[in-house]
Amino acid sequence: MPDILVECRNLGRELSSSGQFLLRGVSFGLAQGEVLGIVGPSGAGKSMLLRLINRLDEPTEGTVFFHGGDYRELPPETLRRSIGMVMQRAYLFPGTIAENIAFGPGQRGESIRAAQIDALLAEVGLEGYASRDALTLSGGEAQRVAITRALANDPEVLLLDEPTSALDEASRGSVESLLERLIRERRLTCLWVTHSPEQARTMADRILVLAAGRTKALGLPDEVLSRRMEAADV
Amino acid sequence: MFEHYLSSQLVRGIIYCLITALATVVVILLARRRAPGLLWEVPLAELRGILQIVAVGAILAALLRGPAWTSIFVLAGMIVAAASIVRKRAKKIPRAFTLALVALATGAGSILVVMTLTGVIPLKILTLIPVGSMVIANTMNTQSIFLDRFRGEVVAHVGEIESALALGATSDDAVERYLQAAFRASLIPAVDNIRSLGIVWIPGIMAGMVLSGASPLYAALYQFVVLTTIFSSSALACFVASHLVTRRVFSSYSQLLLRG
Repeated sequence: MPDILVECRNLGRELSSSGQFLLRGVSFGLAQGEVLGIVGPSGAGKSMLLRLINRLDEPTEGTVFFHGGDYRELPPETLRRSIGMVMQRAYLFPGTIAENIAFGPGQRGESIRAAQIDALLAEVGLEGYASRDALTLSGGEAQRVAITRALANDPEVLLLDEPTSALDEASRGSVESLLERLIRERRLTCLWVTHSPEQARTMADRILVLAAGRTKALGLPDEVLSRRMEAADV
Repeated sequence: MFEHYLSSQLVRGIIYCLITALATVVVILLARRRAPGLLWEVPLAELRGILQIVAVGAILAALLRGPAWTSIFVLAGMIVAAASIVRKRAKKIPRAFTLALVALATGAGSILVVMTLTGVIPLKILTLIPVGSMVIANTMNTQSIFLDRFRGEVVAHVGEIESALALGATSDDAVERYLQAAFRASLIPAVDNIRSLGIVWIPGIMAGMVLSGASPLYAALYQFVVLTTIFSSSALACFVASHLVTRRVFSSYSQLLLRG
């Protein structure tokens, strides 16, 4: 039985203003080195699930266990350094690319050597970019930097919130290929929210289907995606 | 004599007020496409302002005959009123009134106490209230700019702030650059006032002192004292507010609450 790194138990988030549940009763475990694809229509609660796991929002029901302990016992900063997140847009900080990459390690008082930054950038196909202004990059380049910035923190789990949805067709393909390669080579433990069932089928060990904030299906990609009902929802 | 006073000073004052108010209405109408909200906001602010200043003038006339310690209550009342005005500019920042009250009381209050204890501001009701009100009013403006700018920066950079949080930044670190931008913007008027002193701007207090018999050089130096006091008060109040405001826009688990 592989080690369960992250376990969501009955996770839910209710809007205090309207009483509407954005997510409710979601439970699953994520094993070390596993890639869990999360699919579902817009408004299904996919992004909210990642935000709750990263604790950018507070669950109103249930909790998340990280390494077997309730994640509410950890300082949020410590938790977030272990659970990295790449968002739909890159949201780079003003400054150089090297400064962006050094941001995460800097938060825990660590410096990252220039050679390490160069090596990380080479890994994502941005050799020689370290001193460039982060705000002058194309969308695809910026998202590559955002991925590198998350990896520089050496996270145990990587949350990918549709990281290619804001990119043009050409950039989308290259960034997806990059992510697929990084996940394979680094054996990353991932939660990957995607609109593409095909991408989920290719990359994920298991797939979680969400609809209207609830779990619709959870299982092996071929099992889940071949069922017509769920496929229609996806 | 009373009739003469009414016919000359008071009537003249009312006419002058009407002329300047009319000028603002003309300017607002001219610029109504750029700022449609001002069409009502400015006339209402003027009406409120004229009623307040006339009421305060009447109270002041009575207080000026009283002992110096009574000015403490007047200045405290001004700070409470200023905090209430700042709160309206700090929309969507929870508990903005107490934030502004603490910042104004710390900034304006402590600087006024220090300046009075060192003798820079004479312990006389005739100087404490006018100088104190200038310090409080300018600090209030600085607070309004600071909180309005900070709120604008945060709302415009939700993605960047949450990206910083997701990388393990504390809430203070995640908004540091936006606190800096708001702090700097809020102090621009106070710095520019000092920079332009005597060249662009010869403030009223100096003219008043000269008219009441003080040496022009002393009056000029004292004007510098007032403006630097305003700067210290404004900067201290913003410094305090910058520490308090982070607690207002983040939850205790470093989750951004101010999102739009």
